[in-house]
Amino acid sequence: MEIWNRHFECMERDELKKVQSERLRETIERVYYNVPFYRNKMQAAGLGPESIRTTDDLHKLPFTTKQDLRDNYPFGLFAVPMSEIVRVHASSGTTGKPTVVGYTRRDISTWSEVMARTLTCAGADRNDFIHIAYGYGLFTGGLGLHYGGEKIGASVIPVSGGNTIRQLQLLVDFGGTVLACTPSYALFLSEAIEEAKINRDDLKLRVGVFGAEPWTENMRREIEEKLRIKAIDIYGLSEVIGPGVASECLIQDGLHISEDHFYPEIIDPNTLEVLPEGKTGELVFTTITKEGLPLIRYRTRDLTRLRYERCRCGRTTVRMEKCLGRSDDMLIIRGVNLFPSQVESVLLEMSEIKPHYLLVVDRVNNLDTLELQVEVDEAFFQDKISQLQTLRQKIQTNLESTLGLGIKVNLVEPKTIERSEGKAKRVIDKRKL
Amino acid sequence: MIIHQLSVFLENKSGRLTEVLNALGSENIRITALSVADTSEFGILRMIVSDPQKARDILKNRQFAVNLTDVISIMAPSEAKYYAMVLKILSDLEISIEYTYAFSVGEKSVIILRSSNTDEAIKALKAHEMELIKASDLYKI
Repeated sequence: MEIWNRHFECMERDELKKVQSERLRETIERVYYNVPFYRNKMQAAGLGPESIRTTDDLHKLPFTTKQDLRDNYPFGLFAVPMSEIVRVHASSGTTGKPTVVGYTRRDISTWSEVMARTLTCAGADRNDFIHIAYGYGLFTGGLGLHYGGEKIGASVIPVSGGNTIRQLQLLVDFGGTVLACTPSYALFLSEAIEEAKINRDDLKLRVGVFGAEPWTENMRREIEEKLRIKAIDIYGLSEVIGPGVASECLIQDGLHISEDHFYPEIIDPNTLEVLPEGKTGELVFTTITKEGLPLIRYRTRDLTRLRYERCRCGRTTVRMEKCLGRSDDMLIIRGVNLFPSQVESVLLEMSEIKPHYLLVVDRVNNLDTLELQVEVDEAFFQDKISQLQTLRQKIQTNLESTLGLGIKVNLVEPKTIERSEGKAKRVIDKRKL
Repeated sequence: MIIHQLSVFLENKSGRLTEVLNALGSENIRITALSVADTSEFGILRMIVSDPQKARDILKNRQFAVNLTDVISIMAPSEAKYYAMVLKILSDLEISIEYTYAFSVGEKSVIILRSSNTDEAIKALKAHEMELIKASDLYKI
């Protein structure tokens, strides 16, 4: 099994800790002097750059959340002048505001490096054809894979998302050996291949790198059987860098985190205390090499646990388990992040309805579906079908333009959506994840 | 001349219509006419009932979205040409018809329609000597 960067990926752990501590000190110094947000928070906690000497001191620092990124929209947390920023990405927005991330030239190079590790983890090399069906654009998926693919010298096919018929044609004609997309799209493609009566022997696919949404071991088995490939789980989030934060190796026993760039902790999401090794909790990352948007103790909201023992592949980097869920109510629909509160704020802006709603998520033919049930407001109801259909269309259009996600809207009778005394139940997720 | 029609929003779910009819029946509300307009997800139930105000309160108390809508009712011989005549009177004046339904009673038919302009429609139909039915008479049929 090849390893892209043996020096860092197989480093002895005490040596790695020294590297991490040194990089952490540099990062803390940078954010303290360049980002008022971090300086103010550290000063409020009575901390200076000298308070953080090793990774053992990290717990003293306050957390950073998605809300902090929104509050400082768009570039408020950047730690370099804009002239140093060579790329900006953004993730889907809440109430109209996306989460914006910026990269310096060195950040792009770091990203390419960790993506090269990811692809090498999956067994890809310069002889491979990488068919990238992740979306290109503000989303980090497409370009992240793209740069990593070029870095290892593979032939990159930047197909981007959608247009399944063209995907199939290119898979056959160009002979992609590595497929990169969301796991649900991989399953969707496998069925499209069957329907199009494409002979599996006409495809050269060998392995897939799948991420950007939660998926189960059952889904993995199904993808592996149907596409006759090895399905590798990859993990990343745009705030930290994008894809490339962690990846399974061919042993498929946990995802190796590129620890010399992203330092992980597991915390109890309620007490916010750091949990001992092996315990399940919320994953928190501190970036220790990033220049454009360094993040200190960023709460991912993903629930998982960490294992530090050496992997059979030879890597010594810590492994995280497949994410088991989230510590907030964020949904991931076809790779797009969605909070129920986003839906609520769209509904609140419409005088015709009251925000009594229920989101029903399901997976039909391997694609996520999202249905919104909204109660018809008695004061609005006027006996006309056209009026109701117009309302339905309007809700659908407003949601789609704000969330960037197609949602089927169903009008339901008043008082049929369950009221509860405490936290209202806003989501039914029928996907078996 | 204006009839208060009871309109009810219904999801396309089995048992909903039954529930409405049972609720009205248990309070001795009589139904003269009934029509359902539906789409794949929801429908609107429209009824001429013996006591529209009371019927509305009954359904409202049971959390239905209800509305009293002004419609017109015409008595005409049970032949298609009379129905056509009614519609033509209105379309000539560019009064549009939102919807219409009818039922027959012996030799005669009762046409119910909702137009874009109820007052103008009544005036025009009267001018053509159409037989408009009074609310009190219609509720009694």
